[in-house]
Amino acid sequence: MKRVLTISLVLVLAVVAAGAADLKVAILAPLSGAVPSFGLSTKEGALLAIDEWNAKGGVLGMKVVPIVEDSQCDAAAATNAANKVINQDGVKFIIGEVCSSASIPVSEIAGPAKVIEISPTSTNPNVTVDKNGKTKDFIFRACYIDPFQGGILAQFSATRLKAKKAFIMYDQGNDYTIGLATAFEAKFKAMGGTIVGKETYTKTDTDFSAILAKIKDAKPQVVLLPDYYNIVNLVTKQAKEKGITVPFVGGDGWDSSDLDLAASDGCFYTNHYSKDDPRPEVQNFLKAYASAYKDDSGKGKVPDALAVLAYDATNLLFASIKAAGKADTTAVKTSLEKISFNAVSGKITFDKLHNPVKALTILAIKGGKVNFDSVVQP
Amino acid sequence: MPASTDTTKAKIAVKGRRGPPLAWVGWAFLILLAAVTLFYIGSKAWSNPILFLQNLLDGLKLGFVYALIALGYTMVYGIVKLINFAHGDVFMVGAFTSFYAVSRFGLHQWPLAVFPGMNPGLSIVIGSLTVVLLSMGVCVILAVTIERVAYKPLRDAPRIAALITAIGVSFFLEFFGALPFVFSGRFIPYKAPFPTTAWYIKDGIHPIVSGTASPDNTISFSNIFLIIAAASILVQILLQFIVKRTKIGVAMRAASYDKSTARLMGINVDQIISFTFAIGAAFAGLGGVLYAIAYSSIWTQLGILPGLKAFVAAVLGGIGSIPGAFVGALIMGQAESMTMSYISTPMRDAVAFTILIIVLLVKPTGLFGEPAQEKA
Repeated sequence: MKRVLTISLVLVLAVVAAGAADLKVAILAPLSGAVPSFGLSTKEGALLAIDEWNAKGGVLGMKVVPIVEDSQCDAAAATNAANKVINQDGVKFIIGEVCSSASIPVSEIAGPAKVIEISPTSTNPNVTVDKNGKTKDFIFRACYIDPFQGGILAQFSATRLKAKKAFIMYDQGNDYTIGLATAFEAKFKAMGGTIVGKETYTKTDTDFSAILAKIKDAKPQVVLLPDYYNIVNLVTKQAKEKGITVPFVGGDGWDSSDLDLAASDGCFYTNHYSKDDPRPEVQNFLKAYASAYKDDSGKGKVPDALAVLAYDATNLLFASIKAAGKADTTAVKTSLEKISFNAVSGKITFDKLHNPVKALTILAIKGGKVNFDSVVQP
Repeated sequence: MPASTDTTKAKIAVKGRRGPPLAWVGWAFLILLAAVTLFYIGSKAWSNPILFLQNLLDGLKLGFVYALIALGYTMVYGIVKLINFAHGDVFMVGAFTSFYAVSRFGLHQWPLAVFPGMNPGLSIVIGSLTVVLLSMGVCVILAVTIERVAYKPLRDAPRIAALITAIGVSFFLEFFGALPFVFSGRFIPYKAPFPTTAWYIKDGIHPIVSGTASPDNTISFSNIFLIIAAASILVQILLQFIVKRTKIGVAMRAASYDKSTARLMGINVDQIISFTFAIGAAFAGLGGVLYAIAYSSIWTQLGILPGLKAFVAAVLGGIGSIPGAFVGALIMGQAESMTMSYISTPMRDAVAFTILIIVLLVKPTGLFGEPAQEKA
């Protein structure tokens, strides 16, 4: 059924393309799998940006047609989705994926096909840089990278939390957590701290009692838990049950409406934006998002960082296509490299490695709410 | 297999022993492995006995849950010689049913709604019991439906057909459940019908207040651990009573020994088989609710790993033997807990399935199982 729909969609698009040119943009988001809330937010943010541009006449007069694919935060599924949108649908611009472990394989397909990929949220440096250290030509991202994020977490732990001893626990099969853990360890040691324990687990684990017992034994002043919200919920709840009060810190993977705020009370995480930021870009986006998307009780939804970054990534793409004057990917690539854009998540310019130079927000969880803590400039 | 091995086997059989040649190599390896493991754990326990006791408790928590699931595997195998791979997913459905009962319908609070003056503690107890019974009921209906629809038509087919069907039902439950309009594929934070409290043991038992630290070098446990242990032991006693002392238990044992003769004796074998599936599913549902309260994140593939480990437990204890399943599950729980603590967390699944391989190579009938008897 899905294949029939896809083929008819392609045929329709081909017919329409014969008449008026459309700008096809693929959105690769993890709508199922480990982190579907990330996928939904990404889809919503990107589609909101597309709707706004279409309402103002499209990009360079072309109507933007989104093609949404479920890449499941998984390398195999993302590869299939990328192959499909590039080869079957003839897409030249991809917004995706969310997870670094999926974005890296997609970049290896998109680059040689001269398809521009802007990952909204993948923070692993290897997304935009290949094994030899050379920047991948057509691959960009809209967020800061793990070495920056991990380093800031280490700095925060050492200065604000005054931690001299840290414990690291991470998922050994996830590029994102490995990247953050490595960056944290390097910076923490450089600032004079010691790592009193380093434990791994796998993404399907539910019982962390052994690791928590080791944490209790090692007595660190901070624990790095750079994983996604589903693991964070399990670990923090079990930690509270074992009487462990050491603060956990983590990265942007914590950001989700499904995060258990009672269990993670007293913890901190780095993120891409805060809804309490008074800048007009943020407040206008909050209003537009709330009127476009409603939650189960009918209230307007508050966007999380993934929606913000997907919105920013899509706007970045369209702004640079407009600046380039044509939808040719080589021209757009040059335009992206030179852009200076006021995004919701901060002012974005790109460095030589196609990574944005932008600020980072630290959020604190207290009393069942997520509160703005501080902003760190690069 | 070459003919010479067949004659060797025949010779051994003639001598009164049944077993593969060179079985003593397997036994020697096993004994050596057991000795090394025990020595390693013993030395670790000696150096840090508190941690060892904590691991023991955590292992019991896992083991008792696996026992609830393993019972279903072993009983079903005993009666229809089928490894019901969908059993782990019945466990998952139990967890999800209780989640929806608590979060959507607030079922755990119905006594207070109906009798506003009731003692809140009593209300939570009654409410939670209702949620658990509801989950068990849903699992029973699900399992009996699966049995009637998927397994009964294949009762006279080769056993591999039923096995493949079981795997198919398992995948169906997992991925149908992952559809957005069913359970969705998300990891859902579970909402328990009653709050979990924890205690630590140091000069007596003291409660751990959420948000405060417990002192070092103490053993901690939670109320959910006590409930899991009590439920599992009670279920075991209940099942022993049913199987040994009631008419339906006699019928179950008769049907598992020889179905056609049992039919001749007037036993409605179809009903007995459905009853077996029902009991197994009820306990799996109970296990699902307790597991979800203990590890409060549920998703549609929740049942895969615990289900597989419970299957290994049933094989370890002797598939077909109910006390065997219980003992096997406790061993599996301890193996997992000790591996997580003394080796590393990711190794625990590897160890669990290595146990399966060792059991199948060395003593496939398990600890308490009887070798397959040839009927005259």
